[in-house]
Amino acid sequence: MQISVRGLRKEFDRYPALHDVSLDIRSGELIALLGPSGSGKTTLLRLIAGLEFPTSGSIFFGSEDASRKSVQDRNVGFVFQHYALFKHMTVADNIGFGLKVRDRRTRPSAQEIRRRASDLLDLVQLPGLDNRYPSQLSGGQRQRVALARALAIEPQVLLLDEPFGALDAKVRKELRRWLRELHDRTGHTTVFVTHDQEEALELSDRVVVMSQGRIEQVGTPDEIYDRPATPFVFSFIGDSNELPVTIQDGSILLHERPLEIAGNAAPKGILSKGAPDGAGRLFLRPHDLDVVDAGEGAIAGVVSGVRRTAGARMLEVEVAGRDRLEIELPADDQRSFVGHVGLRPRKWQVFPA
Amino acid sequence: MALEASLDIHPSVAAAPWRSPTAESPAVKWTLIGVALAFLGFFLVLPLVAVFVEAFRSGVGVYFEALVEPDAVAAIRLTLLVAAIAVPCNLVFGLAAAWAIAKFEFKGKNLLITLIDLPFSVSPVISGLVYVLLFGSQGFLGPWLARHGIEIVFAVPGIVLATIFVTFPFVARELIPLMQEQGSGDEEAAISLGASGWKTFWLVTLPNVRWALLYGVLLCNARAMGEYGAVSVVSGHIRGLTNTMPLHVEILYNEYSFSAAFAVASLLALLALVTLSIKSFLEWRHADGLKAVRGH
Repeated sequence: MQISVRGLRKEFDRYPALHDVSLDIRSGELIALLGPSGSGKTTLLRLIAGLEFPTSGSIFFGSEDASRKSVQDRNVGFVFQHYALFKHMTVADNIGFGLKVRDRRTRPSAQEIRRRASDLLDLVQLPGLDNRYPSQLSGGQRQRVALARALAIEPQVLLLDEPFGALDAKVRKELRRWLRELHDRTGHTTVFVTHDQEEALELSDRVVVMSQGRIEQVGTPDEIYDRPATPFVFSFIGDSNELPVTIQDGSILLHERPLEIAGNAAPKGILSKGAPDGAGRLFLRPHDLDVVDAGEGAIAGVVSGVRRTAGARMLEVEVAGRDRLEIELPADDQRSFVGHVGLRPRKWQVFPA
Repeated sequence: MALEASLDIHPSVAAAPWRSPTAESPAVKWTLIGVALAFLGFFLVLPLVAVFVEAFRSGVGVYFEALVEPDAVAAIRLTLLVAAIAVPCNLVFGLAAAWAIAKFEFKGKNLLITLIDLPFSVSPVISGLVYVLLFGSQGFLGPWLARHGIEIVFAVPGIVLATIFVTFPFVARELIPLMQEQGSGDEEAAISLGASGWKTFWLVTLPNVRWALLYGVLLCNARAMGEYGAVSVVSGHIRGLTNTMPLHVEILYNEYSFSAAFAVASLLALLALVTLSIKSFLEWRHADGLKAVRGH
């Protein structure tokens, strides 16, 4: 089921949570809504589900306008961050709930409902837990039951609100891989909300990066990471360094000095790549910077510290006595860095300020 | 030498018994427990025992005679009738109010929460008086009611109204904190699975609050049967017609029929004890379902 969001706007008490958002979700796609808290990602998901009504704009399921349909009529499977399992019902009754509440004409027999619940428990790899109560399950198991319950109504769309948010790191990674496999097997159009970029990049076909009620960029994980469309995306996804610069005739000036390699080495330093003249913001990833001898880099700086992290060494370099850059070096890099060094970026991006 | 010196210190350290930083000395502990028990014994246990002792003072025969006497039977019947009307009314009202407060945002919500507590803060005599002023023959609606032959004050409807007023916070107060804590996540899950509002209520919302609801109903019932002040004002004390059990006890007492008075009183006390034990059982058995209201 293809989903189209057209000019969607949502205000809570006159305060806009979502500004005229448009988005196309392809059929069978696994798509992540990624952003910090308050970015409007959960609001967008709840609007698609019908748990909120838009202030303006519309939502199409296929060619059908779903905007004014009730939640019940949209036939979406919704998985909540805190599972929202019914505590007083067994696992099987939870899963069968969506079938049991149908009206008499479309309701399967009690026996059939039990069989379907049992099959779904097999699908989410929790066979035989039919008669347990939610309180007897671990967090990861509860979330799988919640997913089975959402799948029981044979939804057109599967919507997950921070599905792994309440789980500990190890279980989260397991469930992430497992959800990807499940999606590949069942092929539901799936939208999930997360604030965890690693989760979004690893799990989804495409990522929608949101900030302050607007979509910043939509793209594959590669596009999002390698070609960020906005300063926000660059600094939100992955680690980044930022320097305030001035752009003049295609070259970049940092504190009035052009970022160029002295002498006539082949790459002539950092170019603005078509950014307009004026104030700009230069972004650099810590692992895209090479450390060379002072005078041979495009950026000159003074080493102010070295830290060891799990798989790397982080070098901290002060540039022009004001800004600090972090450089990621391999852990086995045995060189010692003291005093003045030069930095040679392999990749960078400039945005107008 | 240094080693010996450090060993010397050791026994004195071990001699001071370990105590949790928040615990007080045994003397303080037993004094506090003693004061609490003495207070409880003097103000609660002793009177309760006295009720039963007085009730049986003139023998078991007199005791049961006092309970089967026609006026007593009428009072018991009226009390049961009033509770049978007031409690369901407040059950519905309490559920509706708690639902509205916990699940919706609207203007005047805080005012509504405050108003629900009003019967707790207003003297019951005033509560009764309000109905006399409203429905009495000199009252606001009195002449109209009289013309249409409707009797409210000094009749059963007035007693029911006064009882509903006095007891309406109980159910709502038990449910509001619990429902606020639960939020509407479960309801959203239910409707996203296709359940109608009505089915969501019966299958999800009500089961989630059932123990707190039962608890509130018990308290409401105990108060409905025991209410004296408000009922006394609107009842008119007509023997065999508008006398509830508490009013009957007072009349008997004023007529120096101490044994009979205490016999009827013992029935009320018994009711309180039964309510308390069911309440304790609920707290013990369904602690989870009542978690949010345990502070009361």
